[in-house]
Amino acid sequence: MTEPFLIGESMTGGYGRGPDILNECTIAVNPGEIAVIVGPNGAGKSTAMKALFGMLNMHGGQVRLDGEDITALSPQDRVIKGMGFVPQVRNIFPSLTVEENLEMGAFIRRDDFRRTMEQVYTIFPILKEKRRQAAGELSGGQRQQVAVGRALMTKPKVLMLDEPTAGVSPIVMDELFDRIIEVARTGIPILMVEQNARQALEIADRGYVLVQGRNAHTGTGKELLADPEVRRSFLGG
Amino acid sequence: MDLINALVALLNYVIIPGMSYGAQLAIGALGVTLVYGILRFSNFAHGDTMAFGTTFTILVTYWLQSMGVSLGPLPTALLALPVGILMTALLLLGTDRAVYRFYRRQKAAPVILVIVSMGVMFVMNGIVRFIIGVEDRDFADGARFVISARDFKQMTGLEEGLAIRTTQVVTVVTALVVMALLFWFLNRTRTGKSMRAFSDNEDLALLSGINPERVVTVTWLIVAALATVAGVLYGLDKSFKPFTYFQLLLPIFAAAIVGGLGNPLGAIAGGFVIAFSEVTVTYAWKKVLTYALPDSMAPDSLVQLLSTDYKFAVSFAILITVLLFKPTGLFKGQSV
Repeated sequence: MTEPFLIGESMTGGYGRGPDILNECTIAVNPGEIAVIVGPNGAGKSTAMKALFGMLNMHGGQVRLDGEDITALSPQDRVIKGMGFVPQVRNIFPSLTVEENLEMGAFIRRDDFRRTMEQVYTIFPILKEKRRQAAGELSGGQRQQVAVGRALMTKPKVLMLDEPTAGVSPIVMDELFDRIIEVARTGIPILMVEQNARQALEIADRGYVLVQGRNAHTGTGKELLADPEVRRSFLGG
Repeated sequence: MDLINALVALLNYVIIPGMSYGAQLAIGALGVTLVYGILRFSNFAHGDTMAFGTTFTILVTYWLQSMGVSLGPLPTALLALPVGILMTALLLLGTDRAVYRFYRRQKAAPVILVIVSMGVMFVMNGIVRFIIGVEDRDFADGARFVISARDFKQMTGLEEGLAIRTTQVVTVVTALVVMALLFWFLNRTRTGKSMRAFSDNEDLALLSGINPERVVTVTWLIVAALATVAGVLYGLDKSFKPFTYFQLLLPIFAAAIVGGLGNPLGAIAGGFVIAFSEVTVTYAWKKVLTYALPDSMAPDSLVQLLSTDYKFAVSFAILITVLLFKPTGLFKGQSV
């Protein structure tokens, strides 16, 4: 099997000096694919993503991006290496306009980023309409689009979304999933933590079910949706 | 009834002094609000930072005067201002390296930084008194009036005079220039936008690759300029006395909080709100009312709501009212 584009291999660790939350947890994203982490509350889904992004004290395991060991890098350095991260909350600059949010996303870039901005506006047309408005005045779904757009401005090689549909209505959720698929079609591999396991697994090339910080089930989205045990324990039958 | 004279008296005693005092408070409050928005603490040393900048501006002004340099009708202090700003910038950056950075690394709670800034305040307090002493100093020179009361009376034939002092015009013009520059910087430049982003959401700013130390350094440089300009304008308009500058902390904080801490537009609005409240509450309205009302209703008393000795009570009252009923201020700042 070829090496995945981004892999956290048998990651073990927790926050600060607290107990380990992840135990030998492995998460990988292949080029051009959507990978989804699902699981019950407190399973360590977001924690696994934060571990991949360097926001956790790792006591074991390794994180590799495109074959390079980045376990020791800070989150900022990982952004420079090409990782885009959209946190679950506080993921926009509320008093800045939509366009300024995107500009700040491109802060590390010294080249002309107008083309990237046009691409973001193509994927999220509503943002172009509202580009002079303060991001904090937008609706929940639109704010999530700003957040994803901001992360896309660095032209990331992999995009990580921490519960992008948290707190939005089902209709908006469907639209966000459509947009995420559209982003994936541009060739950016996506790793996503999701609370809405069924919808997420439907669009996933690869799914990880975590329980208590460990890999419980791994497979393609379809396999997991078909797995009777996964259905019984997480998808409600 | 004589409404024109009433209007002239109102302009002369309330509106013009209120405008220039408001502009001084606004620039002071801008400094406080920037520190709050970006470094996330209330900087109690701001009044003494203003005194420090003014001190060096005065010393250089004296030196320029002794060399026979002057700006004609404008105060020489304007020429000395850049030196004052430079010295203040060095002081603030030095303080940051020696004191604040330590606490920033510890991720100290804002309340600890407030107390730290009080310590810094006492040190700056001492430095200023060592350098220039405690007494009152008048360093305004150049033409005293743009329009004097007597000229105005001769020109218009009115009973009431209208005096506009050079320092008042200088204050308002300088304030406008400073505010325009600041807003241009914050809204149009990459560094300015990154400062606003940092103030909005520190974690996301870090993720976006914004360098926090650079943001902090630029903030202190701007605060040095704002504090020195505010201090020099106040000193030109009134006079320079270190203790008065320490006392200015109250109306300046009241202005920043009324407007909404962390919000620059709010700081400016707050400055004028506080200044006009202070002036209108402590002004004896007898003269204006005598002109404005029919003779039968002319007041016998001074119609002064509060003696000027109590002017700080006005800031305090406004401060407490705002904190009780609208803690985020008029312009949606951060709550304290």
